Amino acid sequence: MSDKKPKNRRDFIFTATAAAGAVGVGAAVWPLVDQMNPDASVKALASTEVDISSVKPGQSITVVWRGKPVFIKRRTQEEIDKARSVSLEELKHPEKDEDRVKNPEWLVMLGICTHLGCVPLSDKGEYDGWFCPCHGSHYDTSGRIRKGPAPINMEIPEYVFLNDNTIKIG
Amino acid sequence: MSDSHYTPKSKVGKWFNDRLPLLTLANHLTDYPTPKNLNYWWTFGGILTFCLITQIVTGLVLAMHYVADTKLAFASVEHIMRDVNYGWLIRYVHANGASMFFLAVYIHIFRSLFYGSYKSPREIIWIIGIIIYLLMMAAAFMGYVLPWGQMSYWGATVITNLFSAIPFIGEGITTWLWGGFSVDNPTLTRFYALHYLIPFLILGLVVLHIWALHVPGNNNPVGIEIKKPSNDTVPFHPYIVIKDAFALLLFMIVFAFFVFYTPNILGHADNYIEANPLVTPAHIVPEWYLLPFYAILRSVPDKLMGVIAMFSAILILVALPWLDTSKVRSAVFRPLYKQFYWILVLDVLVLGYVGAMPAEGLYLLVARIATAYYFIHFLIILPFLGFIEKTNPVPLSITEPVVAGAAMATRSDGENKIENNLKSLG
Repeated sequence: MSDKKPKNRRDFIFTATAAAGAVGVGAAVWPLVDQMNPDASVKALASTEVDISSVKPGQSITVVWRGKPVFIKRRTQEEIDKARSVSLEELKHPEKDEDRVKNPEWLVMLGICTHLGCVPLSDKGEYDGWFCPCHGSHYDTSGRIRKGPAPINMEIPEYVFLNDNTIKIG
Repeated sequence: MSDSHYTPKSKVGKWFNDRLPLLTLANHLTDYPTPKNLNYWWTFGGILTFCLITQIVTGLVLAMHYVADTKLAFASVEHIMRDVNYGWLIRYVHANGASMFFLAVYIHIFRSLFYGSYKSPREIIWIIGIIIYLLMMAAAFMGYVLPWGQMSYWGATVITNLFSAIPFIGEGITTWLWGGFSVDNPTLTRFYALHYLIPFLILGLVVLHIWALHVPGNNNPVGIEIKKPSNDTVPFHPYIVIKDAFALLLFMIVFAFFVFYTPNILGHADNYIEANPLVTPAHIVPEWYLLPFYAILRSVPDKLMGVIAMFSAILILVALPWLDTSKVRSAVFRPLYKQFYWILVLDVLVLGYVGAMPAEGLYLLVARIATAYYFIHFLIILPFLGFIEKTNPVPLSITEPVVAGAAMATRSDGENKIENNLKSLG
C-alpha cells in the first residue's frame, strides 16, 4: 500500500471512464426520477374561479383547488376583532391578520393542516377557528397555529378578487 | 461447508449437478445441521415464508381484478368482494394475511431479542431482517391505500406528509411522491406499481437472510456456539421440517379464525367509505402493526423531531448488535436483561395501545413516558447492562445441561464462575 505508483495514462483512462460513466448514468436516471413529478395535465389545473355571492357572514365554504381544499370564510366582525386583538408574541408563527387577508371580511386559505395534511374542522378548537382531528392542532380565526404539533399557520394561496362576487385562486 | 462433497447417485443427477449444482443445494438444505434444542419460537421463520408466499399468490390473483384508478379503485374492490368467484375469500386472506405477517414478524423479532440472535456473528442476518421489516411496512402501507377508502386516502396523506418535515427539500419530495399537489390518481398508480414490486424485493432479501443464516448456523435457546454437525445437532429434514409444519398448522388455525369469523376486526369501518379529499375522518389511525411508531410520532410536540424520533425508533435496531455489550447471548443466563426484556415488551404494547387512542391528556403523557423508555432501553440500559450484569453459568454444550444437569448442580459456584469466565474470554 505504501509504495507510491507514478500516475500513468491508464489511471487517467480509468478516471475519465468512471466520470463519463457517472454522467451517463445520471442522464439516464433523471427521466426516471422526474417522471414522478406533477405532469402537464396536473399543472394545467392551476387556477379556479369561485362565486362567493351566496356566502353569508359567519359561513364558510370549501372549494377544491389543485386537488386540495381551500376554505373561503366570510368572517363576522367579532371574529375579525378577535384575530386582530392577539399580540404577536403569543403566536408560534407570528403573522399579522392584516397580512393574511386582502379584504378583512374574507379569509381565503388552504384548508390543510400544516402538520401532516389533514383537513381541519371549522368553528372548533380552543381558539374558535379550526381544529385538526388528526393530531390535535388548534388554529385561530385567522388560521394561525396556536396550539398543537403543526409548525406554521395554514397557508394563504395566491388569489385575486376579480369583482365583489368572484375570487380567482391560483 | 461439509456438504460440498455431495455427489448425486443417479447418472442423470450427476450430469445435471455438474452443470448446475441445484442438487447440492437441496442436499445442503436437507442435511443442514440444526441445534437440537430449538423451541417453538424458532418456527416463525418458516411461518413467515408461508406468509410471504400467501401474500404473493393472493396478491397476484387480486391484481387480475383490481383497477388502479381513483374513479374505479373503490368499486373494483367491491366488485372483487361481490362478483368475482371466491373474491371475498382471496381478498380477506390477503388483507388479514398482512396482519398475520406482522404478527409473525413481531414474534420472530422478539425471539431474536430474547435469545440474542442478533449478536456476533449474526449481525448481517439481523440487519437484512430489519431491511425486510422496513420493506414490509412500506408494502403494507401502500397496499392499504389501494382500496381508496377514507382511511386509505388520509393514511396516505398523513404518511407522505411526514417527508414534508425535512427542511428545505421536504415540500419538493412530497410533491414528487404524490405526482401532484395532493394524493391523487398519479399517487395511486405508482403505489400500485410499488406494492407489486416490493414483495419480490423481500423475496430476494429472504434468500440473503437465509444464506447469511446458513453460514454460522442457527442460534439456539442456550445461545452458545456448537459444533456442527455433532450430537448437539439434528438434520433439518425431517426433524425441523416436521416441527415447523406442526407450528404452521397451529398458526393457520389462528389465520383462518380471522379470515372466516372476524375478517374486518383488524381494519377500520371508515375504509368502507370511498375516499373524499374534503373530509378527514374524525380519528385517523394506522393499522395495528404500525401503532407503536405512530404513538412515538405523536408524542413529540415538534413536527420534524416527531418524524426523526419515529424513524430512529426503527433504525436504532440496526445498531443493536453493538449497543448490547454483553458477551452472553441468551436471556436465559442473563437475570437482569431478562427483566428489562419483558419491560420492553410491555413498553411496546403500551405504545401500541396509546397509539390507537386520541393524542391528549393522560394518553399523551403515557405515550411520552413509553417513548422515552423505548430509547432509554436501547441507548442506556443495554450498553451498561453488559458491564454490570452478573450472568449465570453457561453450559459448554447443548447436551450438557441434559445429561450432566445433576452434576452441574452439585458443582461449586466457584467452578461454574471460572468456567463461565473462560468461556466469555474464548
